[in-house]
Amino acid sequence: MRLSEGGRIDRSRTLTFTLDGEEYAGHPGDTVASALVAAGRVRVGDSIYLGRPRGVFSAGIEEPNAFLRVDGGAAMTTATTTPLVDGLSAWTLSGLGVLDEEPDDRVHDKHFCHADVLVVGGGPAGLAAALVAGRTGARVTLVDDQPELGGSLLASSGEEIEGMAALDWVGIVAAELTALPEVRVLSSTSAFGSYDDNYVLALEQLPSGAGTRLHHVRAQQVVLATGAVERPLVFPGNDRPGVMLAGALRTYLNRYAALPASRVTVLTNNSSTDELVVDLEAVGVAVTVVEAGRPDALAAVAAATAGQFAGQVLAVSGGWSPVTQLWTGRQGATRWDASLAAFVPDGEVAGQQVAGAANGAFDLDGCLWEGARAGAAAATAAGFSTSAPTFRAGSGATAAYAISPVWLLGDPADTGWQHEAFVDLQRDQTVADVAKALGAGMRSVEHVKRYTSAGTGADQGKSSGLVTAGVVAALTGREVGEIGVSSQRPPYAPISFAALAGRERGDLFDPERTTPVHDWHVEHGAVLEPVGQWLRPWYYPRVKADGTVETMDEAVARECVAARTGVAMQDASTLGKIVVRGADAGEFLNRIYTNAFKRLPVGSARYGVMCGVDGMIFDDGVTLRLAEDTYFMTTTTGNAAAVLDHLEEWAQTEWPELDVTMTSVTEQWTTVAVVGPRSREVIARVAPDLDVSVEGFPFMTFRETVLAGGVPARVCRISFSGELAFEVNVSGWHGRRVWEQVFEAGADLGITPYGTEAMHVLRAEKGFPIVGQDTDGTVTPQDAGMAWVVSTKKDFVGRRSHDRVDTRRPDRKHLVGILPVDGSRLAEGTQLVAAGADLTPPVPMLGWVTSSYFSPTLGRPFGLALIESGRDRIGSTVAAVVGDRLVDVEVTSPVFYDPEGERRDG
Amino acid sequence: MLLITCPWCGPRDETEYHYGGQAHVAHPEDPSALSDEQWAAYLFYRDNPKGLFRERWVHSGGCRKWFNAVRDTVSYEIVETYVGAPGGAR
Repeated sequence: MRLSEGGRIDRSRTLTFTLDGEEYAGHPGDTVASALVAAGRVRVGDSIYLGRPRGVFSAGIEEPNAFLRVDGGAAMTTATTTPLVDGLSAWTLSGLGVLDEEPDDRVHDKHFCHADVLVVGGGPAGLAAALVAGRTGARVTLVDDQPELGGSLLASSGEEIEGMAALDWVGIVAAELTALPEVRVLSSTSAFGSYDDNYVLALEQLPSGAGTRLHHVRAQQVVLATGAVERPLVFPGNDRPGVMLAGALRTYLNRYAALPASRVTVLTNNSSTDELVVDLEAVGVAVTVVEAGRPDALAAVAAATAGQFAGQVLAVSGGWSPVTQLWTGRQGATRWDASLAAFVPDGEVAGQQVAGAANGAFDLDGCLWEGARAGAAAATAAGFSTSAPTFRAGSGATAAYAISPVWLLGDPADTGWQHEAFVDLQRDQTVADVAKALGAGMRSVEHVKRYTSAGTGADQGKSSGLVTAGVVAALTGREVGEIGVSSQRPPYAPISFAALAGRERGDLFDPERTTPVHDWHVEHGAVLEPVGQWLRPWYYPRVKADGTVETMDEAVARECVAARTGVAMQDASTLGKIVVRGADAGEFLNRIYTNAFKRLPVGSARYGVMCGVDGMIFDDGVTLRLAEDTYFMTTTTGNAAAVLDHLEEWAQTEWPELDVTMTSVTEQWTTVAVVGPRSREVIARVAPDLDVSVEGFPFMTFRETVLAGGVPARVCRISFSGELAFEVNVSGWHGRRVWEQVFEAGADLGITPYGTEAMHVLRAEKGFPIVGQDTDGTVTPQDAGMAWVVSTKKDFVGRRSHDRVDTRRPDRKHLVGILPVDGSRLAEGTQLVAAGADLTPPVPMLGWVTSSYFSPTLGRPFGLALIESGRDRIGSTVAAVVGDRLVDVEVTSPVFYDPEGERRDG
Repeated sequence: MLLITCPWCGPRDETEYHYGGQAHVAHPEDPSALSDEQWAAYLFYRDNPKGLFRERWVHSGGCRKWFNAVRDTVSYEIVETYVGAPGGAR
């Protein structure tokens, strides 16, 4: 029933909602659980494994029973933490949710901030801390998981602070905090993880279930005022609906004016239930109190309840445990306090204070005093000066706490009841399960936890963790303090993946890089391929004469033929570009590349390979010498950042004496590759000032010129296809314009834009490896058949590694060509074994296919492969494993096309 | 998340940095003079102490500079960051 007065609910408005399709009503300020309790319903979903009926057990985040799925909201949450909103529709769960198939399109935001003092918890200790610290002018952030400040005061009655009703004091403090310019108060915000150097994550629930905001707070000082959580008692039938934590019942009564029953039996081992009895009697509820330590306690409970639970509540209290998850998450120590029968924080964590119930101070005066002290200490440590004022609680304040620890009620001589006495309601684990774990030899609570799964539920054993230790103690005759509790790990509160993802999903999951020509590619129907973070044209399918669209194979074949027989063009802007500059730039590149660059003439270009210090190929590309002290390096598209890092590392850490600097200019340039026997004609048209003759513009040189139309350009004669080819480099500002200029200049020649797939086919026909596709970090230049690029006259990064016993092994895998004998196209990654190999495992593997395409030039599929002693096998046959059959594969030279290199000059 | 003090930029979040392994392992002057074992020791073998460890970091999301740090591998506390030789100027 709902009391006619009192509580923190707004009776002027009524909110309706449904649970399992049944209609209920409540008020603003209610949780779903409090509205249910007020409606006389404590029954929620059945238990997870045993299917036993269960009821609302707590009034907070520690709830082990009342799990809900909320339509359009959380796939699994607790009724005790879900604020009631009008029209809410929820369904009870049996301890397990099902991931929502629908995308979560609520707002999930992130907020990164700094604080001088972060206070976690808005109860009396946290408020005192925030107020004292805030008054110093320090930047204070106060986070509290409830929609309203006050903490335990919201559930209490008759308490006074500074001569006024406690909640009036809370209101005045809240107003002052809000008015302080450097103080931020975050309600409905749960600090769920505490990490190195006071980095705290806190999740704010936006009003009306609109979504979440994830706060990343870096704080100089942290005050933990996280309060305490009540523990249940273990006895047969302690899971029945109507059994409820005593503090939760008091919360429903005082905070929500909700009374679930007219008769209450209190089973307790401590003094914290005294106020509950007073409060219940004040509203006319008949109360029977049973001391848990009495030998006949269970009989007394049975007598008081007459075995009947309908319309009754059995309020249980096994004492209180400080909430220390954030403290222990930072490796903070705890010690067993026998007078509290609880673990309390001990020792120090740098930059952290603990105050109030979280520190074992269970009386209001203690909370206020500790809070003020912690707030002053934190502000002082953060560089602000203060003396802590004191806040005085009135005479009605919470009295000193006394406990006679009892964990388990039941006849030790008889074990028949053990399977009905629950230690973990959420995981349905009983005393019998703990006894079984102990019988199997488990002793540590960590082992008992994993053997039984007690403490691993969605509630993370918040209320049951120490109870499990208590039961182990009772069954083994050991002390709880010596047994301890299992490690508590973040997150303290359940966090949805959508909240962690925030806005970094869909298009914002990863940066997407496009070239200045990108829109042209899209307008001309390019199918795009992600390469690193770049989006590159993969191929450009055309509409055929019969009105259908080319397949990928058809488009790629057409693009390849154009490059080999006419003229084709590609946007090569994504290649990494690094300007290497300084008096020692040549010496630097000599040490970085396996081949020499120091004497490369100005105006010339050279292909280079760089290795890691382990001698394995790291990257490759063509480098131009722009001036005596300036080189222009290109890298593979996906490796540009890693190459820059590599150069910086060697320049800074090994050769700081070299005068050399690196600058990434990848995005400053647009590069148009013009490829094919007729490319010279196109270049002559777009660069009329340029001598494009073979003699006037030799292979592996570049020229600075001004294009028709006035755009300055650097034109290179380099080729990644084996054909006559030019690369036109212009400022990215003019990228699209120059691309279109080239396209128009070649229109009458049938100039064909081509994508990355045709590029791959063309380069593979020439046996040019792609670093990262045909190599994998275990391939030396010699393995790749590029001994010619490795200087024997100078030292370079990785050279010594080429002389290791392992890198000189004759049976290393070599990069070779392959031709499937049956004319099929093998999948890249296909494993290669000896011809005619017996496929009974283990089958010795000779290598694998690294590249595989259909070649329109060869008129057949071909590929590249890394094969053990591959160059010694050229001309012989190995076998590709395709499903459960073998396909014979001829091993060939990796160069399939124009081995004499006659086509590069057109 | 660690708060790491870049000697040039000051304290920044760990995510701005990349780790570079053990510090003060210089590339040998003349690698060709080393035996395979000596070269392998340089290439593959690093200390893994419990306690204070001198290691390299690079402020890759900031000034791109390399520096050295003394970190406690038990507590993760970074006791000191410096440039160059141990005891070098910040």
